[in-house]
Amino acid sequence: MASVTEAPLLAPQPDKKPPRKRGRLVPYWLLLPGILWLLIFFALPMVYQASTSVQTGSLEEGFKVTWHFQTYWNALADYWPQFLRSVLYAGAATILCLVLGYPLAYLIAFRAGRWRNVVLILVIAPFFTSFLIRTLAWKTILADGGPVVGALNTLHVLDVTNWLGFTSGDRVLATPLAVVCGLTYNFLPFMILPLYTSLERIDGRLHEAAGDLYAKPFTTFRKVTFPLSLPGVVSGTLLTFIPASGDYVNADLLGSTDTRMVGNVIQTQFLRILDYPTAAALSFILMAAILIMVTLYIRKSGTEDLV
Amino acid sequence: MAFVRWFKRNLVVIGGLLTLGYLLLPNVIVTVFSFNKPKGRFNYEWQQFSLDAWRDPCGVADMCGSLSISLQIAVWATIGATILGTMIAFALVRYRFRARGAVNSLIFLPMAMPEVVMAASLLTLFLNLGAQLGFWTILIAHIMFCLSFVVTAVKARVMSMDPRLEQAAQDLYAGPAQTFLRVTLPIAAPGIAAGALLAFALSFDDFIITNFNAGSTVTFPMFVWGSAQRGTPVQINVIGTAMFIVAVLFVLAGMVVSNRRNKQKA
Repeated sequence: MASVTEAPLLAPQPDKKPPRKRGRLVPYWLLLPGILWLLIFFALPMVYQASTSVQTGSLEEGFKVTWHFQTYWNALADYWPQFLRSVLYAGAATILCLVLGYPLAYLIAFRAGRWRNVVLILVIAPFFTSFLIRTLAWKTILADGGPVVGALNTLHVLDVTNWLGFTSGDRVLATPLAVVCGLTYNFLPFMILPLYTSLERIDGRLHEAAGDLYAKPFTTFRKVTFPLSLPGVVSGTLLTFIPASGDYVNADLLGSTDTRMVGNVIQTQFLRILDYPTAAALSFILMAAILIMVTLYIRKSGTEDLV
Repeated sequence: MAFVRWFKRNLVVIGGLLTLGYLLLPNVIVTVFSFNKPKGRFNYEWQQFSLDAWRDPCGVADMCGSLSISLQIAVWATIGATILGTMIAFALVRYRFRARGAVNSLIFLPMAMPEVVMAASLLTLFLNLGAQLGFWTILIAHIMFCLSFVVTAVKARVMSMDPRLEQAAQDLYAGPAQTFLRVTLPIAAPGIAAGALLAFALSFDDFIITNFNAGSTVTFPMFVWGSAQRGTPVQINVIGTAMFIVAVLFVLAGMVVSNRRNKQKA
């Protein structure tokens, strides 16, 4: 039985769709409840938010739609540093995730042997400890005068990061480095799992063939393994970059007022200052920026059939 | 020289294990600090070994209450999202119909949207409708964002299913209901289980969307968030450690069961 379920991956399938005359409405009934849910609680809110972003007024007197597009310009003028920071931090975290996650995904796919499942569990299991608790643990790890800061100082890494503006003085906590470190940590599994899935699909015989043709291990990696893992790289980087750019938890817990990202601004505007139009405009700008970047990226990487 | 060669050959393994260490380091810290006896409100510095927190995990006001709210929401969100998501997944894989592309994008978009954007827009909807924020708004939100992940997980499994098995069942005079219950559902079960597990984990751990739509209801992640400002009780580390252990045991048990089943079949 077990082999039957795996077979379709290898063998071409005859006809995927059994022809069905009866029950033409079945798919619509199957879709209806879930799609309605998404339309009412995902699509409709976007419409409400669009309308909120062009409203003016105050909480006491109520908000009215006045087509006040100025809010968008004001939001951009006031908060462009936070936008820039979001893109930079999320970009840095994505690159770090790729660099750190690739060896581990490779290890699980090709080198772990009978330890494969154990390592996979160890990648997934931290998910179940609330990510807030784990992020707070980074406060302990990166604490001022702690072993990590001490080691970085001895190795003169801090001199370099200070010079780059990632840290300041003898501390890591409350600096951009801490925020990027937290973001990298939080979204690393989202990089590792897609990478592992696409690496695992690679036929091992291709590696042997490359070896038989006198390719050095690194050449094999560069010409065979990495290109074949590109779908995983693309979906992994998207799954890391998008949530990271909207995150405000890491910037709040590990950063300072100088490391606020756009998510922090949206959260403050929405939940504390109660300036709904500005908050709505900000989240629309964030959404548009991400959609544009993602579209360009997918075009460039040429893998349209991601999902 | 031998060492350099060994190092070069195992570079990937070393790098991978270092990353694994990076992933697990916070969990180690959480576990170690669950045995701490902190001075003052914050549990960030090691003071003294103590079992106090483990003896009395619910000793902090409101923490276990928030835990139970989170569990209830996660269970209901998992049930809701799994049912709705499985139905959508079957419709998408098994039928051709108009608006298929539109449905696919509607499923994909929530996963490609920063959480804060979804959270804020849902709040504008609730505010406009004058809805009372609390348990129900959190549940609605959680079903909404878990749905896409369930669809993706179930879709992957249903797509790799051999339709000939169902045809065979029908050739053997099984009715549509019988075919579905005795053939289709058992084969799709691992995908549905994976989707449900993912939904549970996502819902239980969600902070951003909950933070916007919770009103005065406090889920466990929100309790942790609040305590980060007020001072974190050691019991939070106890709960964190327990969750990690339970998750590992859960997955191990699942693996043992599936191994045994495979052996029986072989």
